[in-house]
Amino acid sequence: MPVIQGFEYFKPKTLNEALHLLSNNRGQASILAGGTDIVVQFKEDLITSKALIDIKGITELSKIEIKEDKLFIGACVTFTDLIESELIKNKFPIIWEASKTVGSVGIRNRATMVGNICSAVPSADSAPALLVYEALVILKNKDGERLVPISDWFIAPKKTGIQKDEIVVGILIHIPKKKYACCYEKLSRYEGEDLAQAGIGILAFEDHYYRIAFCAVGPIPTRAPKLEQFLNGKKITSPIIEEAKKILLEEITPITDIRSSRKYRIHMVKLMFERGLKKVISRLEGGKDA
Amino acid sequence: MPEIQFTLNGERRTVNIEANDILLDVLRDKLGIKSPKCGCDRGDCGACAVLLNGKSVRSCLIFAIEVNEQEITTLEGISKNELSPLQQAFINNNSFQCGYCAPGIIITATELLNKNPHPTREEVKENLSGNLCRCTGYIPIIEAVLEASKRGKNE
Ligand code: FES
Ligand code: FES
Repeated sequence: MPVIQGFEYFKPKTLNEALHLLSNNRGQASILAGGTDIVVQFKEDLITSKALIDIKGITELSKIEIKEDKLFIGACVTFTDLIESELIKNKFPIIWEASKTVGSVGIRNRATMVGNICSAVPSADSAPALLVYEALVILKNKDGERLVPISDWFIAPKKTGIQKDEIVVGILIHIPKKKYACCYEKLSRYEGEDLAQAGIGILAFEDHYYRIAFCAVGPIPTRAPKLEQFLNGKKITSPIIEEAKKILLEEITPITDIRSSRKYRIHMVKLMFERGLKKVISRLEGGKDA
Repeated sequence: MPEIQFTLNGERRTVNIEANDILLDVLRDKLGIKSPKCGCDRGDCGACAVLLNGKSVRSCLIFAIEVNEQEITTLEGISKNELSPLQQAFINNNSFQCGYCAPGIIITATELLNKNPHPTREEVKENLSGNLCRCTGYIPIIEAVLEASKRGKNE
């Protein structure tokens, strides 16, 4: 299917150039990285742009690196890059796990994590991992830079906190100082090439503090503060898990859609929560996955 | 009309395109490369897969202008001189019926075997999970990839 609307294509070599292009085309420009979402939107005529700014020529945006006590993931880093990174695999296993569940190889070779959070669909696989790491989104415009906590980033389905003259340059993740373990559990109809029907990220610290985040069970991916509050300070036992499952229901508002029913999602989220929590605890204790 | 240059199946090609032209359409309609197929046109089926700098990508989700100065390989390049061992394995296993999915599957499996010459059955399944086939039920496809993997590298 051809794309009907015409636009001018730019491939800047520096971020400054890109930011100037963006400001010169006031609200009429789109940023292109992997293109796996935006090209479909062009085909379906869901966006209109006079200028398409391809940021893949800006080398600094392809970096995965540690800067002091933070991990930086650039806007052009693909899910395949993340999966192939030893650093990610060893030090940020939940990002690695979540990346492996995105689409299929052909999509992961192109799709970027930053693109995933910019598309901001409720089922964004990257979201729970970034939420439990309390990641920051780095935005730049011509005049400067600002950091938005990931928990404030998602505003509504497909809507984020970005301004028209801004580019997301990357994501920053503080490396937790305390000992911790985490995991991402995803429910989909089959492995590969499917959107999450429900996703849950769990991070547990050695001293019994927990961070829990969901995707695809509400309009936007979010943390679960009530659930965390209930669990914090507690050692995980079967009665605690049963109690927590009840609280969990207050945190989610799943819908019935083409992928599954509300009832099924609720049922599965409870199971995934239990499975995930047990997995995390056993990882924390240095054992194999429960 | 912008002009792009890229390496297509080992040959340098130059083509005039519009900025909004999709790679799949340019390959098929302007360059006569007919192996990539249009199935879903939105990234779900894998029929349009090509190798971009050695990695499988969906040519229906890429603007042709993005591949300026890059390297594209399609089936025409993989079997330039003779069928690859992987292609031969697909024939041995009678893996396809209508064949519409075949180019995409061969591209995806070629990338897999280049990266991981001896994948497990699970790895083959996971890698091919983004390639839909309406005819065969997948088993002879998976068998063929495993058979080819016993012979090592595929180009
Ligand atoms: S036609 Fe490109 S993925 Fe289906
Ligand atoms: S053989 Fe017909 S679609 Fe696969």
